[in-house]
Amino acid sequence: MAKKSKVVRYNKWGYIFLIPFLVVFIVFQLIPLVSTIYNSFFENYRSGLTQIGPNFVGIENYKTIITNGDLPLYFKNTMIMWILGFIPQIVLSLLLGAWFTDPSLRLKFQTFFKTVIYMPNLIMASAFAMLFFTLFADSGPINSLLIQIGVFKEAFKFMSHAGTVRGLVATMNCLMWFGNTTILLMAGMMGIDPSLFEAAQVDGATANQIFYKITLPLLRPILVFVMITSLIGGLQMFDVPQILTNGTGDPMRTSMTLIMYLNKHLYSKNFGLAGALSVYMFVITGILSLIVYKFTNSEKN
Amino acid sequence: MKKRLVSLLAMATMTATMFAACGSSDTASTETPATDGAATEATDSADAAVELPEDTGKVLNIYGWNEEFKSRLTDHYAGYTEVDATHGKIGDVDVVWNITPSTDNAYQNNLDEALLAQESASADDKVDLFLVEADYALKYVDTDYAMALKDLGITDADLADQYKYTQDIVTDSNGNLKGASWQACSAGLIYNREAAKEVLGTDDPTEVQAAVADWSKYSETAKKVADAGYTMCSVNDTYRVYSNNVSGKWVQDGKVVIDKNIDKWVEDSKALVDAKAEDTDDLWGDDWGKGKRPEGKVFCYFGPAWFFNFSLDAADEGTIANKGGWGFCEGPQSYYWGGTWICAATGTDNANLVKDIILTMTTDKAVLKDIAQKDSDCVNSKTVLAELAADESGNLDILGGQNPYEQLAAGAEGIDLSNLSAYDQGCNEEFQKAMKNYFLGKATKDEAIDMFKKAVHEKYPDVAVD
Repeated sequence: MAKKSKVVRYNKWGYIFLIPFLVVFIVFQLIPLVSTIYNSFFENYRSGLTQIGPNFVGIENYKTIITNGDLPLYFKNTMIMWILGFIPQIVLSLLLGAWFTDPSLRLKFQTFFKTVIYMPNLIMASAFAMLFFTLFADSGPINSLLIQIGVFKEAFKFMSHAGTVRGLVATMNCLMWFGNTTILLMAGMMGIDPSLFEAAQVDGATANQIFYKITLPLLRPILVFVMITSLIGGLQMFDVPQILTNGTGDPMRTSMTLIMYLNKHLYSKNFGLAGALSVYMFVITGILSLIVYKFTNSEKN
Repeated sequence: MKKRLVSLLAMATMTATMFAACGSSDTASTETPATDGAATEATDSADAAVELPEDTGKVLNIYGWNEEFKSRLTDHYAGYTEVDATHGKIGDVDVVWNITPSTDNAYQNNLDEALLAQESASADDKVDLFLVEADYALKYVDTDYAMALKDLGITDADLADQYKYTQDIVTDSNGNLKGASWQACSAGLIYNREAAKEVLGTDDPTEVQAAVADWSKYSETAKKVADAGYTMCSVNDTYRVYSNNVSGKWVQDGKVVIDKNIDKWVEDSKALVDAKAEDTDDLWGDDWGKGKRPEGKVFCYFGPAWFFNFSLDAADEGTIANKGGWGFCEGPQSYYWGGTWICAATGTDNANLVKDIILTMTTDKAVLKDIAQKDSDCVNSKTVLAELAADESGNLDILGGQNPYEQLAAGAEGIDLSNLSAYDQGCNEEFQKAMKNYFLGKATKDEAIDMFKKAVHEKYPDVAVD
């Protein structure tokens, strides 16, 4: 005989409310994740209409990726483009966030500016990349302009220099995401107790001192969040460089990112190699996120 | 209790994953569909007339990548009535168009899945007809998924008026013809008449042809063109001309081989790019298209008949084509560009209808002449092209009244495509992409070739590159 508890238990509702998330998570995240790892141990691709495999090959795919030297190269490209875009982005966002939240500035038309800086994020990345591709084409408007004002004698091939292609990708990512970051940082800044700012002002702190001594340290949790999400987003950078370089990562694959490389295996439906590459990326993302987390939280104790 | 629930959940997940994985590998493993008994017998008894089984299919599934064939069938196939954008009717058979754009290989991916599932598909879902382009025709033709035309009862005599190269493209490794086209897309050099007068002192097709008759003359002319402030064209324009005239296949004994004519393209192009006589623009881009207007200062394009109407923007005010300012000559070497081939899918339940469509659309001279005149296709019939060449009706406004059909017909006879392989599309694309780095001085030739090999190995993991 089971004893009936007299306490009304509500925790079953907790589990019921969790079901939708759990189902979506399992179907769209967990199963693909596990099957990716499973697939990475097989030789499994299609050449024309001939299917090869799946044959179990152990860690052969992992070895291939390490030994052909592609992974470090594309990882380097990805990180360079991410850092080039992220540094101006975070600086710009901190600056804008500080201005917008500073009550002593009394900025007018705040809503308007907040909307405007968020705008680029609403445009599809591929459309944005197409726009830049057209703008910076050999016979595009930027080149015509630069030739007319006498900067160049003949069209500058923006798309065939590693520096300019990477620079363009970084610029686009920065433009697309600084609005989003600004809004996140502003949320963080507005969560800081205003009495701290007032106290600092009473003590005679300058605006700079307030920013570095009060705003930044108290903003740390949000900064960590922004860093990690941006890092993960950066590692998965794909659409902008893919469209801008037409999938080639030219010149000489210096702007090819990890996901663009992953996409190259789609043509042959090479699930084995692509799976192994994905697992590597999973590990890299995990390690980098841990480093960022540890690094930015180190002063807590 | 809670713990057990969690572990149960974990187990369920694992099992589900295992099944998911098994499922995908099952469907992926390929078995070529068995050619049905009747067809095989017919092949054996050489010339015996083929008795096709009566059509049982209520649905005719056609796979294509654009509206071209659909509009040809609508306009020129008696008995076809359009129902809506993706459906039509021939008699009491429903025609279903499965049109997927070829961007990013989407068409082939879609067709691959459909053909791999052909055997298990229900009668109404089976592929009956599919269209292919020359660049990847062998990928499908050299399998059992495409039916040999003779198994449909189409004889060599039916096809005698077609150009041989159009048949080479769809002939499998056992010599079976497995498709037919209504187009013969032999191509040549389309030059800017104004520029020709300025640089060569003449715009007469025969004399311009003499100035570009082979690659060394072409390079000389290109340098003169550059001195006059023009660009000859893009290196990607000339690529097809070289790659159509190779002496061996891209992949030999499972290993990628760079032909000497392809290598010649690299050497010639590098010299011309360095001399600023050619540029490296990708086809169809804005930079490449600037030469359609006189101020773009481009001397020529390379293209077939469809290029005149389809790519030169004749309808736009201010283009060279609008003023009829282009001329046409054969160019340094014969080559072709484009075209659509019709293939019958093995397992079709409408064999008689499929046979009739192929015969009508690719061999009926009245239909072909109609197509040539209404749609400006260069059609796949020696007789019809000869008629057009002899006739005023072949004169084109875009070319300033020139009749290009004689050159087009001569070009079509000169094309030799015995060295096609199923890897052509991937190899050609990647080779051009990789070499662009060399032309622009971003890599040495060897580095660019290594890049090409790497890309080929990614596309075709079974092809050895070193």
